[in-house]
Amino acid sequence: MKLTVWTYEGPPHVGAMRVATGMTGLHYVLHAPQGDTYADLLFTMIERRNHRPPVTYTTFQARDLGADTANLFKTAAQDAYDRFQPEAIIVGASCTAELIQDDPGGMAETMGLPVPVIPLDLPSYQRKENFGADETFFQIVKALAKPMERTAQVTANLIGPTALGFRHRDDIQEVTALLSDMGVSVNVVAPMTASPGDIKQMGAAHFNVLMYPETAESAARWMEREFEQPYTKNVPIGVGATRDFVAEIAVFLNKDCYLDESRLRLPWYSKSVDSTYLTGKRVFLFGDGTHVLTAARVARDEMGFEVVGMGCYNREMARPVRAKAKEFDLQATITDDYLEVERVIEALQPEMILGTQMERHIGKRLGIPCAVISAPVHVQDFPARYSPQMGIEGANVLFDTWVHPLVMGLEEHLLHMFRDDFEFHDDAGPSHHGGHLAAARVEEGQIPEIVGNLKNTSSQDNVSDTNVIWMDEAEKELKKIPFFVRGKARRNTEHYAVERGVAKISIDTLYEAKAHYAR
Amino acid sequence: MTELPRLSANIGCRDTPILKQRGQREVFCGLTGIIWLHRKMQDAFFLVVGSRTCAHLLQSAAGVMIFAEPRFGTAILEETDLAGLADAQDELDKVVDELLARRPDIKQLFLVGSCPSEVIKLDLSKAAERMTVRHAPSVRVLNFSGSGIETTFTQGEDACLASMVPVLPKNDQRQLLLVGALPDIVEEQAIGLLEAMGVGPIKVLPAARANDDLGLGAGTVYALTQPFLGDTHDALTRRGARHLSAPFPFGEEGTTGWLAAIATEFGVSPDLFEKVTDAPRTRARKAISQAAEVLKSKSVFFFPDSQLEIPLARFLTRECGMEAIEVSAPFIHKGIVGPDLDLLAKGPTISEGQDVDKQLDRAREARPDLTVCGLGLANPLEAQGLATKWAIELVFTPVHFYEQAGDLAGLFSRPLRRAALLKVDA
Repeated sequence: MKLTVWTYEGPPHVGAMRVATGMTGLHYVLHAPQGDTYADLLFTMIERRNHRPPVTYTTFQARDLGADTANLFKTAAQDAYDRFQPEAIIVGASCTAELIQDDPGGMAETMGLPVPVIPLDLPSYQRKENFGADETFFQIVKALAKPMERTAQVTANLIGPTALGFRHRDDIQEVTALLSDMGVSVNVVAPMTASPGDIKQMGAAHFNVLMYPETAESAARWMEREFEQPYTKNVPIGVGATRDFVAEIAVFLNKDCYLDESRLRLPWYSKSVDSTYLTGKRVFLFGDGTHVLTAARVARDEMGFEVVGMGCYNREMARPVRAKAKEFDLQATITDDYLEVERVIEALQPEMILGTQMERHIGKRLGIPCAVISAPVHVQDFPARYSPQMGIEGANVLFDTWVHPLVMGLEEHLLHMFRDDFEFHDDAGPSHHGGHLAAARVEEGQIPEIVGNLKNTSSQDNVSDTNVIWMDEAEKELKKIPFFVRGKARRNTEHYAVERGVAKISIDTLYEAKAHYAR
Repeated sequence: MTELPRLSANIGCRDTPILKQRGQREVFCGLTGIIWLHRKMQDAFFLVVGSRTCAHLLQSAAGVMIFAEPRFGTAILEETDLAGLADAQDELDKVVDELLARRPDIKQLFLVGSCPSEVIKLDLSKAAERMTVRHAPSVRVLNFSGSGIETTFTQGEDACLASMVPVLPKNDQRQLLLVGALPDIVEEQAIGLLEAMGVGPIKVLPAARANDDLGLGAGTVYALTQPFLGDTHDALTRRGARHLSAPFPFGEEGTTGWLAAIATEFGVSPDLFEKVTDAPRTRARKAISQAAEVLKSKSVFFFPDSQLEIPLARFLTRECGMEAIEVSAPFIHKGIVGPDLDLLAKGPTISEGQDVDKQLDRAREARPDLTVCGLGLANPLEAQGLATKWAIELVFTPVHFYEQAGDLAGLFSRPLRRAALLKVDA
């Protein structure tokens, strides 16, 4: 038994729903009690889907348990087939139905439905959403795809995108364009956009582009073995990774491949002087393994940040994330407990977080800016505009998205130069758009409170700075420091004072600490 | 006393045959109630004993991320608990010890049963008794079930409140008890009106804090503020308290009827009743009339969701001039919604339970001007050109009593106003 107050991933049947909802012509009959239909709203509300997910829930109740839940399943499956006429059906159980052991797969097989019925075995008490998506897609491919002759022209399957995926919709478009520039057309995109009929054609592609290992690695490995289709190991998020991705495909094709960089702006934007202020910004990375691995490289090599910590919530990716962390001389944080992530962030005090929506909230609490790089998704992660993470435009999007939460370079300098100016003084807030006055004023007031909270919750923080006193003139000097670095300056100075047994912080202590922490 | 324009039995819907359906239900389970209950009971923690699905439901239904460490959580059952490798009761003790050690602010702990815990027959009442002894006197531990196999959406609140009734101390003094978790502002308005009529003492269930001096006995009369409190109603009756049957306090008419039932019980003079209610009634009527301009003569179709459907249909048809096509509720308790059914004119189909695909067929066929439904159905219906009002907002928003009557009408008129406003189609 494990106490959980919030979870990065849903149960595995939600992963199966992401596969089914992304596809067309497939129906999912889920043996589940009343209430499990909540999962529909993830798709209709967060992703704004205009159709209900193609899922029929058997909706058993307590009074059915002693009676005949098996028959209830059969009726639901038959009704679903009659009403929706799918090309194929997947069947499975949610956590509660797993306990009553009705064997939906076995029952569905005996029903003689005239379409393929694919049973799913998703252990709800051991695994989670990403596993559920990966396993479901694998079972569908295994059941439907057959070896076949390759297309005359070079084609590839794009595998991994699902419903409720982080920017999957736009990544498909970007990767399709990348391949098109290389003279490769797309055979099948799956699971998202594919029908069971399309899945049957997957064997015709020359290779697979594994866009998201989280949701399609098992299928990719199986097709490599059964169809001799190689799959790509580079996920093209960031400039370097996109170039590597193209080079990898060049090896598959045994010819030079063209990458159109005419729209690529990240390298120049990063080199331009306004970006100087990004140098060495201390960032913490957290999310699903794939997005963290790619973000680490972009952060260090393409933005010039210093990566001070990284981790992922999906244990399936623990090994590569640990290896990447080692490459950065770091210890990876592998956990699905957000409170642990919060403690790590509090202890590291990064200047920026690249994380999930949960880290965005952690950042809000701690006063640290955050850009979102990974699922779990939120309605904001489905913007109306084109906003991929992959390829050339993806790299441009990353630059904008990551810089956006920070105070801009020129603004930062102006704030330094004119900190006592009537318009540029720090109470004017982090934006020139106004509306931040109140927030800016409370910010300074909140900092001691945040430090206080840190004491209560952080096991890593053994500094007890409650006895450190700020002398008046030091306090005044601290107020002259721009608000967006003031919290850090206060914490660093207190930390420095405690470590050296200094009880009273003077102006000298403040500047000694500043020199100590200077880079 | 203000006379309500009561419909005779052959005009109202009380005896209308109910269309009972069973099949896929597009509803939340009772765990969802935790989202508003934990805001109301400020020293309570709700510990669901369940699966990852339960935890995921709670965070998804809340629709928000957690801004502070929340006062609800899930003890997720793992393979070892199910295979009997670990004693689930011991494991639960461990989780609770850890939790209470970390959260000394918690005075009431609710162990909340879920589908998996019910199926494996994990005895949470035994656990609650054991923990009450173990953590006395600082924490009171109670249990209820919010499982989907037993409860629908708002029934979770009912189960929670019903679990609190048996442990309340005995007190036979004359008092009025208001039952149902309401936003503070709304609760204070109701108490204000009643106190102005000289009604008292007034207590509320649930109280904001555990150490509230609420007792129960033969002198207690109670009014329900929510129509889904059937089990709580039964539990209170068993303790000797007496129910004041009334329409629910939605809209001007419902609020007046509800207040009148209490005023009659406490012998408030008609003059005083008029004096206290006159100004807010006028305000409420005026506020409703603005939204009603948009709603007048429009048709409405209720999918079963929060149990508020029958009182709201009464409000929309009688005070806003709408025409109800189908009014369905997860279940219908005539002892509680009878007065509202009496006031709802015959005509609409009254249905209980759900077979969602068949009901969607009926809605598409009827093409109502407004469909009230859950979040899983709203966008798909909008995409088919049917304006919708998502029902969960009716539970989370202050909508009771006079001062909110205009807001309540506004919740329904906004989707129609918006549909009329947008010029985005080619």
